[in-house]
Amino acid sequence: LLKHVRNISRHRTFLNMIHSFSRILSSKRNIGILSLMGGSVAAGFLLQREHASAGSPLRRRYPASSEYPDLRQHNNCMASNLTPAIYAKLCDKTTPNGYTLDQAIQTGVDNPGHPFIKTVGMVAGDEESYEVFADLLDPIIKERHNGYDPCVMKHPTDLDSSKIHSGQFDDRYVLSSRVRTGRSIRGLSLPPACTRAERREVERVVVDALAGLKGDLTGRYYSLTQMTEKEQQQLIDDHFLFDKPVSPLLTCAGMARDWPDARGIWHNNEKTFLIWINEEDHTRVISMEKGGNMKRVFDRFCRGLKEVERLIQERGWEFMWNERLGYILTCPSNLGTGLRAGVHVKLPLLSKDPRFSKILDNLRLQKRGTGGVDTAAVGGVFDISNLDRLGQSEVQLVQTVVDGVNYLIECEKRLERGQDIKVPPPIKQFK
Amino acid sequence: MTDPFLRPSVLPPLTGVLAAGARTAAMTKNCHNDYKMKFTTDEEFPDLSLHNNHMAKVLTKEIYEKLRSKSTPSGFTVDDVIQTGVDNPGHPFIMTVGCVAGDEESYEVFKELLDPVISDRHGGYKPTDKHKTDLNFENLKGGDDLDPNYVLSSRVRTGRSIKGFTLPPHNSRGERRAIQNLSIEALSSLEGEFKGKYYPLDGMTDAEQEQLIADHFLFDKPVSPLLTCAGMARDWPDARGIWHNDNKTFLVWVNEEDHLRVISMQKGGNMKEVFKRFCVGLQKIEEIFKKHNHGFMWNEHLGYILTCPSNLGTGLRGGVHVKLPKLSTHAKFEEILTRLRLQKRGTGGVDTASVGGVFDISNADRLGSSEVEQVQLVVDGVKLMVEMEKKLEKGESIDGMIPAQK
Repeated sequence: LLKHVRNISRHRTFLNMIHSFSRILSSKRNIGILSLMGGSVAAGFLLQREHASAGSPLRRRYPASSEYPDLRQHNNCMASNLTPAIYAKLCDKTTPNGYTLDQAIQTGVDNPGHPFIKTVGMVAGDEESYEVFADLLDPIIKERHNGYDPCVMKHPTDLDSSKIHSGQFDDRYVLSSRVRTGRSIRGLSLPPACTRAERREVERVVVDALAGLKGDLTGRYYSLTQMTEKEQQQLIDDHFLFDKPVSPLLTCAGMARDWPDARGIWHNNEKTFLIWINEEDHTRVISMEKGGNMKRVFDRFCRGLKEVERLIQERGWEFMWNERLGYILTCPSNLGTGLRAGVHVKLPLLSKDPRFSKILDNLRLQKRGTGGVDTAAVGGVFDISNLDRLGQSEVQLVQTVVDGVNYLIECEKRLERGQDIKVPPPIKQFK
Repeated sequence: MTDPFLRPSVLPPLTGVLAAGARTAAMTKNCHNDYKMKFTTDEEFPDLSLHNNHMAKVLTKEIYEKLRSKSTPSGFTVDDVIQTGVDNPGHPFIMTVGCVAGDEESYEVFKELLDPVISDRHGGYKPTDKHKTDLNFENLKGGDDLDPNYVLSSRVRTGRSIKGFTLPPHNSRGERRAIQNLSIEALSSLEGEFKGKYYPLDGMTDAEQEQLIADHFLFDKPVSPLLTCAGMARDWPDARGIWHNDNKTFLVWVNEEDHLRVISMQKGGNMKEVFKRFCVGLQKIEEIFKKHNHGFMWNEHLGYILTCPSNLGTGLRGGVHVKLPKLSTHAKFEEILTRLRLQKRGTGGVDTASVGGVFDISNADRLGSSEVEQVQLVVDGVKLMVEMEKKLEKGESIDGMIPAQK
């Protein structure tokens, strides 16, 4: 079934590239008519594709050497990889929608970085950014994703959650389980570059599709501009509400423009499946619940994602995906699966053991505080999730988290009993 | 700064492109705006229902429809102009402008939007009005006798944009660096009381930084979303810096909210001296830029062209820090200020409250009156208010002193 879907996706790619050059946006029900035109449309598409990298000459009154950013104080992936030669090669190019290199790297120029955390320092403004600026993005991707080479490797996608085993954790240790990813709607620019019309179209397309979800996935949409005070308070209490980004990593990339226009939150009635619209990506999809049933969380995640994909395809849309980079998202760090599967788990003894970091490293896991990416742990409770995103499938990454968390809990139990623990051998990365 | 990658080895090309008639030449194709035109006006029009700024009050769908297909020669569009106003619905203390210019041509290409904004902001200024420039300090009467027991400091600032370059919301790193280089060259040729030194933001030592902070000279990366949403903080601190004379009475900011901000200041109440130094220094600087074929942006309708429409005309804010604890609590304080064509701020600047009864009092107008006229209002108005304060100290009434509307 998955293969069948992928083949349709490739054919649709041609059609959707043409769509982005036509005025028709919402009435994408004309799929049948366009299929008949397949031949000439494909030829037209190929012609356009030739020019995708050419772009129009930019206003450029100074040589590239005068425009090259001062990156001497910088410590991010963009700064490590942007040589003057690459800058000179790419600085006059634009994507078909007019997105430029200077725009893509602005966030990395404006945010030199952190001595301990190496940020990516670059974003994509649209799907084509990953092609037009490949000379810079490919090495960044390779560095950020531990050697994954987009020029020669293929990324596996696998959303068959039935393959997960041992996915039920000990509830005495695991307080909650969560899986998130992002999805972008092909044919519309990404948050750093999208116009108001495009952003509103993303909202329309996704909300329209979500209205078709049934059973335990039935839910409703709360637009940031329309929600009542009561609804807002409830969403805050549920820890669902997202705020206007304040992080300069995001604002300098232009992702907070026109806030809160066309932003919103959708969730199912059971509050176990949640979608953010038009925050850092077109959509962020989250499946979660209290306790340690990661298997059920991932089941719902896959089921929900596939259902949403089916619903948007019915309407003539599809997600951005290719076999080189997997799912296309705004930040290169989220390419591939865009998946972060994690738990909040009590590890008071293990976390004090000097071998804790090494154990996590070898298990290919990362720790965060329970407030998220920039927070510290409280009361020995950690957020433990997968390190990797690209080069392994969703099933592989979730199994890694399952195996890893089970191991950590085992260590904690052993330490409780006064027994010693072992540092596991490092897991191989690209399987 | 010897890295060849960081400085153009020659000054940028001359500004023939901006000469009259050159608007028809070399219009850059704006790929992104062409793409945007595939969407309808309705689909793109911003939601301004919660907004309270000058742009939001003026911008109709009709105006947006008319302007959205346009682009200045350097590629600035109406969406670029209004982004800051869309992202910032309002301000608790002031009615913000909500739009910026990206280059000199913005005021022409987007006049359907900017003329009414200018009119609202500048007391009904019409598209046919002419603005008078008068930087002859000798025309100022008085101003050397403000009581220093009340007037703690005096200051005059303005901005200047350098012709041939785009403005801070839009300029590239190459342009910004060229502006810096030109400015350093111009400023380092000043002599006498104007002899001074340039401190680039990314090159100063810790000791220099401490001193500039202690002198209240150092400007920071803008944090106000009014500025950041307009793109003025990009590439910070590249090509930004501060120049000041050895006496610390004449100061120039390079590449902050405008190409140049020029400030003359000193402790006490001798506004006459402050204004004289201001005028003389400005004119010396202008001569040097003109010699390099990069004079200041100016025209007889809008006066000096600056990034924010609120600073058009003179771009001048002349003010004092003055102790008015009694007058400031008087019921008629606001009315007195309005009649005198003055505005109050806290001593921390535009977004602050007053501390200890000390206020920053300055001219409210920028466009439609000259530099001399505006500073005259400050000098006369502050003198009157200090006299009122003295009366109130003695327990006397000030009703007879309330001025007529100027």
